[in-house]
Amino acid sequence: MTATGFFTDTTVCIGCKACEVACKQWNQLPADGDFFSGRSYDNTIHLEATTWRHVAFVERSVPLSGRTTAHPFSWLFMSDVCKHCRRAGCLEACPTGAIIRTEFESVYVQPDVCNGCGYCVVACPFGVINRRQDDGRAWKCTLCYDRQRDGMEPACAKACPTDSILFGPVEELKRHAELRLAELHRKGVTEAYLYGMKEEDQPGTEGLHAFFLLLDRPEVYNLPPDPAVPTKSCAVSWGCMALAAAGMVAAGMVAVRRGGEK
Amino acid sequence: MAECHPVGFQWVMEAKRRGATIIHVDPRFTRTSAVADLHVPIRAGTDIAFLGAIVNYIISNDRWFREYVVNYTNAPAIINEKFQDTEDLDGLFSGWDAEKGQYDTSSWGYEGVEVSPAAGHREMFSGEPRSERGAMLSAEKLDPTLSDPRCVFQIVKRHYSRYTPEMVEETCGVPRELFLKVAEALCENSGRDRTSAFCYAVGWTQHTVGVQYIRTAAIIQLLLGNIGRPGGGIMALRGHSSIQGSTDIPTLYNMLPGYLPMPKATYDTDLNKYVEYNKSATGWWSEFPKYIVSLLKAWYGEAARPDNDWCYGYLPHITGDHSHMVTVAAMADRMVKGYFVMGENPAVGSMNAALQRKGLRGLDWLVVRDFAPTETAEFWRSAPEVVRGEVTPEQIGTEVFFFPCSAHTEKDGSFTNTQRLLQWHHKAIEPPGDCRSELHFVYHLGKRLKELYRHSDAAKDRPILDLAWNYREIGEMQEPDAEEVLAEINGYTLPERNPLSAYTEVKDDGSTACGCWIYCGCRKDGVNQTARRKPGSEQDWVALQWGWAWPANRRLLYNRASADPDGNPWSERKKYVWWDAAQKKWTGFDTPDFIATRPPDYRPPEGAEGIATLSGIDPFIMQAEGKGWLYDPSGLLDGPLPTHYEPQESVLKNPLYGQQCNPARLEWIRRDNPYHKAWGDPHYPFVATTYRLTEHHTAGGMSRWLPWLNELQPEMFIEVSPELAELRGLENGGWATVSTIRGEIEARVLVTERLRPLNIQDEVLHQVGIPYHWSWIGRSTGDAANELTAFVADPNVSIEESKAFSVNVVAGRRPPGPRAAAAAPLTEPSGFEDPPRDLEAVQGKPIGHHGLRTGKKELTEEG
Repeated sequence: MTATGFFTDTTVCIGCKACEVACKQWNQLPADGDFFSGRSYDNTIHLEATTWRHVAFVERSVPLSGRTTAHPFSWLFMSDVCKHCRRAGCLEACPTGAIIRTEFESVYVQPDVCNGCGYCVVACPFGVINRRQDDGRAWKCTLCYDRQRDGMEPACAKACPTDSILFGPVEELKRHAELRLAELHRKGVTEAYLYGMKEEDQPGTEGLHAFFLLLDRPEVYNLPPDPAVPTKSCAVSWGCMALAAAGMVAAGMVAVRRGGEK
Repeated sequence: MAECHPVGFQWVMEAKRRGATIIHVDPRFTRTSAVADLHVPIRAGTDIAFLGAIVNYIISNDRWFREYVVNYTNAPAIINEKFQDTEDLDGLFSGWDAEKGQYDTSSWGYEGVEVSPAAGHREMFSGEPRSERGAMLSAEKLDPTLSDPRCVFQIVKRHYSRYTPEMVEETCGVPRELFLKVAEALCENSGRDRTSAFCYAVGWTQHTVGVQYIRTAAIIQLLLGNIGRPGGGIMALRGHSSIQGSTDIPTLYNMLPGYLPMPKATYDTDLNKYVEYNKSATGWWSEFPKYIVSLLKAWYGEAARPDNDWCYGYLPHITGDHSHMVTVAAMADRMVKGYFVMGENPAVGSMNAALQRKGLRGLDWLVVRDFAPTETAEFWRSAPEVVRGEVTPEQIGTEVFFFPCSAHTEKDGSFTNTQRLLQWHHKAIEPPGDCRSELHFVYHLGKRLKELYRHSDAAKDRPILDLAWNYREIGEMQEPDAEEVLAEINGYTLPERNPLSAYTEVKDDGSTACGCWIYCGCRKDGVNQTARRKPGSEQDWVALQWGWAWPANRRLLYNRASADPDGNPWSERKKYVWWDAAQKKWTGFDTPDFIATRPPDYRPPEGAEGIATLSGIDPFIMQAEGKGWLYDPSGLLDGPLPTHYEPQESVLKNPLYGQQCNPARLEWIRRDNPYHKAWGDPHYPFVATTYRLTEHHTAGGMSRWLPWLNELQPEMFIEVSPELAELRGLENGGWATVSTIRGEIEARVLVTERLRPLNIQDEVLHQVGIPYHWSWIGRSTGDAANELTAFVADPNVSIEESKAFSVNVVAGRRPPGPRAAAAAPLTEPSGFEDPPRDLEAVQGKPIGHHGLRTGKKELTEEG
């Protein structure tokens, strides 16, 4: 089947958090508890085992191109979610086979198979997946696998009033994103760019099925600038290890020989 | 709008995508500002100064839409020679009666003719009430060249001549370059080819000059030709899903369905008088008798006969102002026995929360209907004053009845949203336990009352016994059939009971019944038109087959104005409704809002009456003379033109006039409702404004029980600028105490650049943002913003001023017990002079019942 995913256009996000609530409601996730963060309007702070959509609020003393404000200022919103990486660290790390790639090419954790080992948690370069304290298993966005099976779009995209979250076949979303980017550039919003859409832009994940249009560096939104799944560095790691081993063997041999000489 | 109406805001984003410029004027940088092209931070309470300067910019730069203004507005009308402007009288209009403490509005009218307003205070007469009011302006009373110094256009021009960009800078704290950008953007985007729209939420109404705020926007829109045309208009966004419905089928004390005024005990002693004083001789309100007679037939059925005035005498007759705050003040003085509260939470959401609760304590009984017990239901047990030990539950005699209610998913019914669109919702599931709909409650209450009076033959009980009260009961719960109620609202013929299809079929001879004339047609052909859900993709862009809009499924009011005086579209781009000369009728994408076959060149003959007086170029058919009002010759109590007055509690002296505040405002002079100094109060140096957040709903009764929403905004907080935080030693995430003379609250502090100090008149002025969702009940609690606010209101509609007042802020939490300082007046620093709010002529305004200071309007005297 065709790969489906999200294109999140942060330039039309109004920070209403409808996606966050719709996700919790559909997936019946508990609230994370009440915590006043003092960090703009963001009180859930990051994605969690029980928060599969999270809206970031970034206050900057920098104006956006083409906007007029009384003082240099802008307020950026971004609805973050599991990226459903084409090469997924969590999936590769999972020893039980609980994490699978679905017929929609999304990355899905089968809760009845997961044994809560937590290898996936450290393997995700985005810090998306996490274990729930109460049941110990790992949880994250399912790309509304159950809704998709019934021909419905994911709850967050459905609830988004401004179509900041677009759901659809990834190839279609890519074309749409390119057009939108060109339109913004034409309008003078030169800082706009696409994050994680193409493999060549993000070799560490080989591209994302949930990609973003952003207005500032990834770090500003709490996204890694150059994420890579751990196995991407396997060859180098093994190479280094082999080298180190060889070195140690050599050193040992030298030591033994010298010792013998004495 | 993005904050409070995110779903509606999708259309603003859609417009932006198509190239619209979004301008946002707000004291704070909000979610709306974040996506707007232009954000203008403004001092709270100075919008008339800002908008008035736009009026001045439009006129002085000759940017107004001449053909539209000359033909469709009252710009050419000559005004009474006795009229004097606020420019002449230092902030008062002519007609101020120092003794009565109110305006005599006779000098504001058109030369030689008295006009009945389409809305507002229709009972305002100069002198004795009389009938036959209307306004057929004869040619000699008009100056189409707009040059006569007494014509409306010239009066408007003079009135706003001092509202300059420099004055905006001094009054609103808006840099002149920023102001000019807004004015220019509006002018650029108006005319034959383009239109601009104003959107506001109810925060705009919550000022002592609230009605005049919106009037100023109306003047701009009329000057630029932006009313009655696609993409134009002034859109009021409301706080609840059916607030528009609650004024159409009113929960307001002074109105009957369809904007018919509630009878006044003083004047409207029989049906003839009521009709005489409220109909207009000209314009559409000449049809008034049909609407009231058909309403009485709907309510009293067979009992309503011509020989008993169609039971007109059964209607309640009001003896004064019975609006919310007036009633609560009377409650606090133990003058009210019982109180129904449905879907409201006044102990949190209304002004001066402590006084609200004092009012509740003064009742014999209180009925609260809500999803969960609200602060209003629990005031006797756990209110702040009870916790502090100032009152004990044993001292409170109010008997409280709490009824759980059904959610919208648990009942059939309609919502009427802001653009007058009725949309039906169907019951999805049965309500749990004892939860019932409002319809169920009111219907069965009515049935039980009728049963109680069944054996009575007293005349005073006839209104209950004669009430037509038969609706089909469905299922075990005996839920009345909501669609039968809709059928009655739509109206039917008598005695056949065939559904009416349009309000033009409503009669005054008892042969029709109609529960609300403007809703007539919503059940045309016996089909529930409000339940239509044909997707937009399957019909044209006006989408007439989605839901049903009153009146007559018209999506855009006064749309005759979308065509030029000859009846042709102003431009191809803005084509909407036009005159089809071949077919000799009005046609277009929408239902034309005009007499269907009246040609553009029709001019009323001498001696014409009623609807015949509307000429072919009178698009505003509800107005007596068919024109849009740049200047209000009647209907308002505080002046024919919006004028900048400072809020009741300000930080600045009015830069424009000696008269500081709206002279006609409603004040409550009571010990439990003290005010700060008019301006420069050393104890309360900051401007405060209250508002909603996306994450919660109004007073929190629906949202503070939901963990999914609470985690998003878990606690009461205030927003301050880094500069104010520095000044007062406030820490981000720490605590602050905000106080007024009425109360003090504690809140978390959110330090943000989204609030900026304003530089006004060489002074740095700080503003504090206070969300008002929290109080002590629910899963997320905090102090209520309305502990701070005061009873003070707009004179026209009795709406409070909560969007601009003065406060103090200090670091740290408030003390738990009663505070001595709040009980005694604060001492003034030496050399402080208490400045007056009013000119001398206004100072003698009398104080009436329950401390209400409003002037001696005959209708505000309680019997």
